[in-house]
Amino acid sequence: MNMEPATGLKRTPLYDLHRDMGAKIVVFAGWEMPVEYTSILDEHRAVRERAGLFDVSHMGELEVSGPGALDLVQRVITNDAARLEDGRALYTPMCREDGGCLDDMLVLRLAADRYLLVVNAANTESDAAWIAKAAEGMAGVEVDDRSAECALLALQGPRAPDILQPVSDLPLASIPRFGYQGGIRVAGVPCLVSRTGYTGEDGFEIFCHPDMAPRLWTVLLEAGRPHGLVPAGLGARDTLRLEAALPLYGHELREDINPLEARLGTFVKLDKGDFIGREALSRAKAEGVRRRLIGLEMVERGVPRHGYPVVAGDQVVGEVTSGGYAPTLERNIALALVAADHAGPDAELKVRIRGRDLAARVVPLPFYRRERRAAGQSPTGTPVAGG
Amino acid sequence: MMYPENLRYTKEHEWIRLEGGRGVVGVTHYAQDQLGDVVFVELPEVGREVRAGESFGAVESVKSVSDVYAPVSGRVVAVNEALADAPEQVNRDPYGQGWLIAVELNDPSEIAGLLTAEQYRALVE
Repeated sequence: MNMEPATGLKRTPLYDLHRDMGAKIVVFAGWEMPVEYTSILDEHRAVRERAGLFDVSHMGELEVSGPGALDLVQRVITNDAARLEDGRALYTPMCREDGGCLDDMLVLRLAADRYLLVVNAANTESDAAWIAKAAEGMAGVEVDDRSAECALLALQGPRAPDILQPVSDLPLASIPRFGYQGGIRVAGVPCLVSRTGYTGEDGFEIFCHPDMAPRLWTVLLEAGRPHGLVPAGLGARDTLRLEAALPLYGHELREDINPLEARLGTFVKLDKGDFIGREALSRAKAEGVRRRLIGLEMVERGVPRHGYPVVAGDQVVGEVTSGGYAPTLERNIALALVAADHAGPDAELKVRIRGRDLAARVVPLPFYRRERRAAGQSPTGTPVAGG
Repeated sequence: MMYPENLRYTKEHEWIRLEGGRGVVGVTHYAQDQLGDVVFVELPEVGREVRAGESFGAVESVKSVSDVYAPVSGRVVAVNEALADAPEQVNRDPYGQGWLIAVELNDPSEIAGLLTAEQYRALVE
């Protein structure tokens, strides 16, 4: 546990509020962030059953604008931004020439010539540099880091619409999954609200100016109290996304893993025109991947963790990329990257935990999928902007 | 009473309580608070010999894994089997239901080398 006074670290505009609420603070991607307020398990269950409010202001926001904006976005992402309309967003990996993942992100089409890229905190600067480099030789396009002008709150869980609607001045029901609404006022605060998240539940991500974030946070917590809303930290965010099998940068998303291996093939559109990594990914697709991300559930008692070896017989055939106790499932689960010939549903695999090989079984992904609600919301299980 | 006076402590946040020739061992209130929700406890077999300072198991929370170290040398004579189904007892009652193991001490004088409640409190506060 890091108890030293932090230096050179960044804080979100809600840092003081988190401290006042008794949050445990950890350093994540250079930011001092709340990991839990009361208990990760309680916060996790609140999001599954009611709602949770997360401060994810550490995430980066990059704006790509100008007549060449779409061309540049298309060049750096693997998904197809040409099919976006205003008010719509998509999830996408961003790859190197060799197909390795640099990051994953949400791309919002603000206008035909303006896109907002919501990227992982750890990568904000390197992504901006990568995209600016990709823009070399392209005319009429600009890349601006807007992170300092954006705070971001995530209101997630089945009660999220009931909590947010009464304090919003525009109807939320018309915002589809992966849609967003700009120019909306929440508690009088000008916001952009997207129907996205990283928990496997329905919910919203709410962008506002950092100066207004404390007010928005306070009003939302107050409005949500009768619905059982609680503040939730990065700890619950991680267990929630793991159950929903959403990839995390540095774990499932790494420069030495391509999106086809990470079961993100749906977000790689090889036929959309040229993009960075297309050649390598086309080849990987034609040849078949050598490794594949699978879901494991422990049969023997033990908690699989990031980096633990996965073995078949006495041979190491892969590694756990993310693992832990799944509070909703009450099981110990893992995402693991294993050799393709050991990735089948009947593979007999074990996880090496502190020198002991403990039996696991392969299970379908996602581990958790929320029930479809009568309101006609589409089911989740699709990755949304990473954490 | 976060650090009971009748216990002795280690710098690694274990406690031991003498009951006759046996010592009951667990982790401190501070340790459970730092760990957060405990979801798994790995304990040794009864009969295993442990040496002071040696890891005898692990306490895992949602976020982390922590080795637990024997405060004294001796033979493990009991382990808290109930933690297999109720690891949260380590959080709820670290000095009671959340105990980990009981050890038959090889050398009861080892206790004198451990921290008192006052010394431990000074360490963590």
